[in-house]
Amino acid sequence: MNWYGVRAIYRFEMARWGRTFGQSIVAPVISTSLYFVVFGAAIGSRITEVDGVSYGAFIVPGLIMLMLLTESISNASFGIYFPRYAGAIYELLSAPISSFEATIGYVGAAATKSIIIGLIILVTSNLFVDVTIMHPYWMIAFLFLTAITFSLFGFILGIWADNWEKLGVVPTLIVTPLTFLGGSFYSISMLPEFWQKVTLFNPVVYLISGFRWSFYENADVPVGLSLGITAGFLVACLVVIGWIFRTGYRLRA
Amino acid sequence: MSNGDPVIRIENLCKIYAGDFEALKDVSLDIMEGEIFALLGPNGAGKSTLINIVCGIVNKTSGRVLVNGYDNVEDFRQARTQIGLVPQELLTETFESVSSTTAFSRGLFGKSPDADHIEKVLRSLHLWDKRDNVILTLSGGMKRRVLIAKALAHEPKILFLDEPTAGVDVELRQDMWEIVRELRASGVTVILTTHYIEEAEQMADRIGVINHGEIILVEEKAKLMRELGKKQLFLELDDALEAIPETLLSYHLQFGASHSELIYDYDTRAEHTGITSLLGDLSLAGIRFHDVKTRQSSLEEIFVGLVKRQE
Repeated sequence: MNWYGVRAIYRFEMARWGRTFGQSIVAPVISTSLYFVVFGAAIGSRITEVDGVSYGAFIVPGLIMLMLLTESISNASFGIYFPRYAGAIYELLSAPISSFEATIGYVGAAATKSIIIGLIILVTSNLFVDVTIMHPYWMIAFLFLTAITFSLFGFILGIWADNWEKLGVVPTLIVTPLTFLGGSFYSISMLPEFWQKVTLFNPVVYLISGFRWSFYENADVPVGLSLGITAGFLVACLVVIGWIFRTGYRLRA
Repeated sequence: MSNGDPVIRIENLCKIYAGDFEALKDVSLDIMEGEIFALLGPNGAGKSTLINIVCGIVNKTSGRVLVNGYDNVEDFRQARTQIGLVPQELLTETFESVSSTTAFSRGLFGKSPDADHIEKVLRSLHLWDKRDNVILTLSGGMKRRVLIAKALAHEPKILFLDEPTAGVDVELRQDMWEIVRELRASGVTVILTTHYIEEAEQMADRIGVINHGEIILVEEKAKLMRELGKKQLFLELDDALEAIPETLLSYHLQFGASHSELIYDYDTRAEHTGITSLLGDLSLAGIRFHDVKTRQSSLEEIFVGLVKRQE
């Protein structure tokens, strides 16, 4: 294993993030606060409880998941897309580092950043509502699994995209809407029966449901299914990345 | 000069890009340890494709590349660790500092952090004072030095320089040549591609010429210039001639810039250059001259001649 290579990529990516650390931290804190003002104070005053949990506390796992997905995807996709855009990717391709090691470096850094932001949102949420975590180990497990999985997805996106527009289109037009429609701010049991069935085709439902279960033991779908679908998506991303590096898709001519 | 062992062995290398463009056609080449090898060729000849395949940036279609005996695909770690690459374009992360990007390159190539070595490299390239500068703020010449520093950060045994002095001023070009000579003196094998044939003429031990994806010649520079270079004798006449006298037609003389300059092509390897008899016949014909000079054709002329001959 080229651990020095992995460390170099990881530290390089974290340093890039560190240069805009204030912005990286302040933005999610402000966003979270705004969500609590809008959803917690305005809407929450009309919906007092969902599944026995105050509405303000109910939306916390969904908020964390929303930030986790978007930050994981954007950090990982930018991390690999920017050297491709700048042409500096030649160095990675000519280095004695395997695809697995390079992926650990880039995805590890992206996942670390999004986990830190997820934890910051959790702490910020505690300033507005009382957050209970019934299964802290499972909460951590879901946090890590989701961050790693969607960082892998972002990594694929960063390799697939050949312009800035494509880089932004998937998070903006697909992931964010799926997260909003995946039960971030409501329980799917609140939907009409037909839409409950339609919603089950949204993979983000399983992520949010499993994560929320670790907080309040409330779940829209069985926890095992949440875990299985997340793990399945992770394996699928790994297979795609393996194929990308084996064939050199969008990397090697 | 070469120590005799190939550090890079390229065997029957072929590359066909999408669209069936054949960039390399059965290329075989040995690069010897410790030499400066210049790869010359017109645009699109296959120089960068060849370098990029050896360095692992482009996939080959068929053939084999060995780096000190290691296959560059099967044993990519051992092969790539030994190679440093300075690309043609100024490709780097623009928002990084000089020292951080150089240290990054060392780590990426699997070497433990070594602040002393990074300092040594940056000092040798006159970058030490700029170590905390963001690359974006540097001049083009300085950016090129940064690329060289990155390539040297992991102490490679083989250095590829793809057009190292493209777009740099004359002073910096001289500096680059000095850096390359120092690298060779320290035991690094240097392979460079260049459009400046003067660069190859100044520095290379051996020259390879590639055209249309084929290596058309590999030769020691001195031998190449001796064998393919022609010499010319220039005679400045006292009086201009209207035409070359019939008694001198066998010498195939040409007029130079004016009819008061005669040019005679000769072969230094021939048993008789014909110079003595020419001077005698000029005297017999009553043609007097007041200045004589000789000139050997440049590598550029040899290169152009080779490429034209192939086409």
